[in-house]
Amino acid sequence: MREITLSKAVNEAIAEEMRRDPCVFVIGEDVAEAGTPFKVLSGLVEEFGTDRIIDTPISEPGFMGLAVGSAMTGMRPIVDLMFGDFLFLVMDQLCNQAAKTHYMSGGKLSVPLVLRTNLGATRRSAAQHSQSLHALVAHIPGLKVAMPSSAYEAKGLMKTAIRDNNPVVIFEDKLMYQDKAGVPEEEYLIPFGVANIKREGTDITLIGTSSMVQVAEKAALILEAEGISAEVIDPRTIVPLDEATLLASVRKTSRAIVIDEGHQSYGITGEIASRLNEKAFYHLDAPVCRMGAMDVPVPFSPALEDLTVPTPEGVAALARRLVAGEMLHG
Amino acid sequence: MAQAGKATAAKANSEEYLRMYTQMVRIRAFEDQANQLYLSAKMPGLTHMYSGQEAVAVGICEALTVEDKITSTHRGHGHCVAKGAAFKEMFCELLGKEEGYCRGKGGSMHIADQSNGNLGANAIVGGSMGIATGAALSAKQLGTGAVAVCFFGDGATAQGLMYEVMNMAALWKLPVIYACENNGYSEYTKTAEIAAGSLTARAEAFGIEAHTVDGQDVLAVNALTQDLVARARKGEGPFFMELMTYRYHGHHVGDINRTYYRSKEEETLWTSERDPITRLGDWLTQEGLVAAADLEAIRAEVAEDAEAAVAYALAAPYPDGSEVDMHVYAATDPATLQPGA
Repeated sequence: MREITLSKAVNEAIAEEMRRDPCVFVIGEDVAEAGTPFKVLSGLVEEFGTDRIIDTPISEPGFMGLAVGSAMTGMRPIVDLMFGDFLFLVMDQLCNQAAKTHYMSGGKLSVPLVLRTNLGATRRSAAQHSQSLHALVAHIPGLKVAMPSSAYEAKGLMKTAIRDNNPVVIFEDKLMYQDKAGVPEEEYLIPFGVANIKREGTDITLIGTSSMVQVAEKAALILEAEGISAEVIDPRTIVPLDEATLLASVRKTSRAIVIDEGHQSYGITGEIASRLNEKAFYHLDAPVCRMGAMDVPVPFSPALEDLTVPTPEGVAALARRLVAGEMLHG
Repeated sequence: MAQAGKATAAKANSEEYLRMYTQMVRIRAFEDQANQLYLSAKMPGLTHMYSGQEAVAVGICEALTVEDKITSTHRGHGHCVAKGAAFKEMFCELLGKEEGYCRGKGGSMHIADQSNGNLGANAIVGGSMGIATGAALSAKQLGTGAVAVCFFGDGATAQGLMYEVMNMAALWKLPVIYACENNGYSEYTKTAEIAAGSLTARAEAFGIEAHTVDGQDVLAVNALTQDLVARARKGEGPFFMELMTYRYHGHHVGDINRTYYRSKEEETLWTSERDPITRLGDWLTQEGLVAAADLEAIRAEVAEDAEAAVAYALAAPYPDGSEVDMHVYAATDPATLQPGA
């Protein structure tokens, strides 16, 4: 199978869907000739023109609002939000308007839009360009949230997001744009709410989101060398969440660590761990543990920033203790 | 006054005038009933009365087609009626009943008859400005020829979103009309205390043609809107209208003791001398277009309709509990998610 970058995979997904459906368009800052600062959309304006690849002023709430109205009236916008940190700027339009319109109208209006943005620290971009804010939107009923972990997922999930009749927020890890993975030439879509078992194991389940899937896979390799068999699962979408696959794994392994790059407190790791504790309690040999990012604004200095995110070594160390039956907080 | 200049064409248009009169009376009757429902504790929550501002909603909506879109506000019953909604489904919505336009999930602040192009009332002040502008963007992209009207109050002009979307609407010549209903009060505060400079000048700064119109004169509002809608359809938009009007009730139905922010004399001046329904009615009779008795008959018929709709809604069933988690997500046909679909 050919290998392409995550950036190219996103670009292909959008181009294919724009060819398929004339109602799909892209709107955001520097999406046309510039192709975004990460160059993910390069080449699209040449094929689709500036009527469908629309450069906006630096007005995130404004173009988010336009997209909501446009989605309510027959179009399928893809909103390009340059950094995930700018979610705070669009919260009213996303959470009060887009997320609630279908419900508040008794099902009569719908908002089929995609908000594509990013997450991920360790790019030395400091506290306002490094956040992983997916938990904020996953909290709001009415929004779906996808978190691709490779180029393959990025393409398949993006195509599903564009065809979904709801507002979907899709978070790409900005440090993974140049990472390559096998992506078939032929068309495929990845359904929402279907987790992917990346690696089978018997001693502990490592659940990772986005780039934390790679962290979990690296941790599994470290553990394998020590005779510990780790299962690695990528939920792929956190709303909807494939709870059944996660539960089945944990019932088998009896231990789990949930790894995510959002802040640990009140985050995705806590939500997933809680569901596993509630529904697999009698199968557990150890508490389900959370490994999120530290509860600090992301610092600039590399010496500090690298301390804030989960690492393969950190995951392996915690897994080792769980498998050994250590009292974590005794 | 604007009506006088139109006297020559008046006879030919008398049907339209009567329709505008009726629509204004319907809004007033709806609000009177809504107020009674609140005062008699039959309505859950509270509501914001549109009474006094009828000429704005009716003058504008009578210039629109069913394909044209509007976005409404927390004070949205008037827009909803004016865009063609029926009393029965509106009162059902107000009371949280299953047959309401939103199946009881929206209530007063989200009431809308979506099938008539109403994209919803919005409980975030200024929250719908992006939606209206987006509806204009899709009208342009799809080539439908539709126009979007964004209703908002003077209070909403203090929200930053308005300036972001007006900028884009002007850059891209979108068919949107920003209709600012200046009723003199931003909740419990005089507009003069929250708005620096002129509101129309703010739109003009983006190169948007702006008009100020007497919002108590339904014919003037309608004439201006007809012109702007026609021009917006031709790609000459966007436009901005400041409609000078007055809110007869408080900010909401519970805002009864309000002399600390506005005087009774001021309220009496507007209700007794500038009432939009009385003004149109007086003009119609003075011009000999209709007899006073006919107007009385319209009012009586509308009052009866409203009363019957209230009785119907009070007796109507609430939604079944199983509907609570229905409509959180829209369905997507699984067939469309297949490769090659």
